[in-house]
Amino acid sequence: MYLNYKKNLFQCYLKHKYFYGGNKNMLPAVDYLIVPDKGDPYLEGHKCNVCGAMFLGERTVCSKCFARDKMSKVKLSNDGTLYSYSIVYRSFPGIDVPYISALVDLEDGGTVKGNLINVEPDPDNVDFGMKVKVVYGDALGRKDKDGNSYMSYFFEPA
Amino acid sequence: MSDVYVLGVDMIKFGRFPDRTVPNIGAEAALMALDDAGLTIKDMQAMYCGNLGQANAMVGQRILQEIGQTGIPVVNCANACATGATAFREAWMSIKAGMYDVVLAVGVEQMGKGLLGGAGGGDGIPKEGLLGSGTMPCVFAEAGMEHSSKYGTTFKQFAKISVKNHHHSTLNPKAMYQIETPLDDVMNAEMISYPNTKLMCSVNVDGSAAAVLVSEKKAKELGMQRAIKVRASALASDPFTDRDLVMPDVNACTRIAVKDAYEQAGLGAEDLNLVELHDCFATAEMLHYENLGLCKDGEAGMMIDEGHVELGGKIPVNVSGGLLSKGHPLGATGIANIYEVCSHLRDEAGKRQVEGAKIGMTHVIGLGTACAIHILEKP
Repeated sequence: MYLNYKKNLFQCYLKHKYFYGGNKNMLPAVDYLIVPDKGDPYLEGHKCNVCGAMFLGERTVCSKCFARDKMSKVKLSNDGTLYSYSIVYRSFPGIDVPYISALVDLEDGGTVKGNLINVEPDPDNVDFGMKVKVVYGDALGRKDKDGNSYMSYFFEPA
Repeated sequence: MSDVYVLGVDMIKFGRFPDRTVPNIGAEAALMALDDAGLTIKDMQAMYCGNLGQANAMVGQRILQEIGQTGIPVVNCANACATGATAFREAWMSIKAGMYDVVLAVGVEQMGKGLLGGAGGGDGIPKEGLLGSGTMPCVFAEAGMEHSSKYGTTFKQFAKISVKNHHHSTLNPKAMYQIETPLDDVMNAEMISYPNTKLMCSVNVDGSAAAVLVSEKKAKELGMQRAIKVRASALASDPFTDRDLVMPDVNACTRIAVKDAYEQAGLGAEDLNLVELHDCFATAEMLHYENLGLCKDGEAGMMIDEGHVELGGKIPVNVSGGLLSKGHPLGATGIANIYEVCSHLRDEAGKRQVEGAKIGMTHVIGLGTACAIHILEKP
């Protein structure tokens, strides 16, 4: 077989998965991840009030209907379904493989991309349309050049 | 507006030339295209040059510094993997606009080996492997898996595309590789990003291709024997689609461009004798059978299973070997596939000749996203 499941490298995620327990000094990995001082982290969308198009990251003009200054911040759902995916075996140097790169449609709108964890990376274990939830945790121990820790998000089976 | 013809066109054999410069590689194809047209650099009224890796470094002018500095206008363009086709199209437009009668278009790239794709730059920490993957094999795998989700397309069907294109390349002396890759070899090759194995990823090579485009008046003056008519030239960018921000959409812009191209040419997919399309990954080729209207939505898997897209089939696709085996020098690819189609329309394609070819299509996708389509016809 082409897949070397035995290595079971997805365990590496578990090792790094320090679940949320206080956000102090944790920076968000991306600008659409909001990490409040108190309370749970969440993903934020920017929704066009005119046509309903959903965007990640702040903007003023809707690229779907061209409306200006009609964007509202919305808190995105932590529940979603798997739309598409790939299992990545070759990545850039220093990146642990294999892992599942997943595209998830969130309930109430918005599609986000991330790693699907706690599933063995094997196509037999991944089903289109499977229910997943967004979970938040340390960004695999990655730090920036100033030594700051980051919080990121992952998907896991619901 | 004048019709536009390709009077001369050629490409170098794709390969790896680490000891040469980008302008030097481009100059070789430029001279070959001039020779093919029976013209010299002195006859050219303008030049459009496509290159991505040195997009800020005046590659077109540096090519002229190698083959003849005549003072003509030179435009350098970059449009991801649609770069070469965009340069060709700009040349076409300049003749359509009535500005010139004889124009040179060159595409060139020096690639090196390795993975292409965004590692997620910017401030903070790297996102690759944290928020999925931005590598090209993964991005196009995800696009292919969307097709699997809708229509049940299998790993094996995707792999068959690579078997086909590698087989075609054994008939093309200008392809990077000329090796047969049986289905087992393709499916058991190193998995890069499921379902794309290493043999289902295009080959990073160095290469160049060039074309001399002329107005109808000039074509008649110089002789129409080997001239190929450009029936359509279409370019589209990606419209907004719901998953845009996380999933580059290679389908929607192809469908916009092909609709435009068929309207310009006044014909349909059933009139095509061959297609060179953007098989940057095996998963990508599958999508474009449907996007280009070669079959109905959901029938792409059947097209490869039934052999309709093989040389000798109903509509041969990528008889050059495609990007998967001929190779994919980004800036050159768009003109190289125009060379391929012209070779068939001129009945000069040797062992891989599509018999009786009269009309052919070329298609490229530059992620980000640009789609360029040309329809070419034997006059």
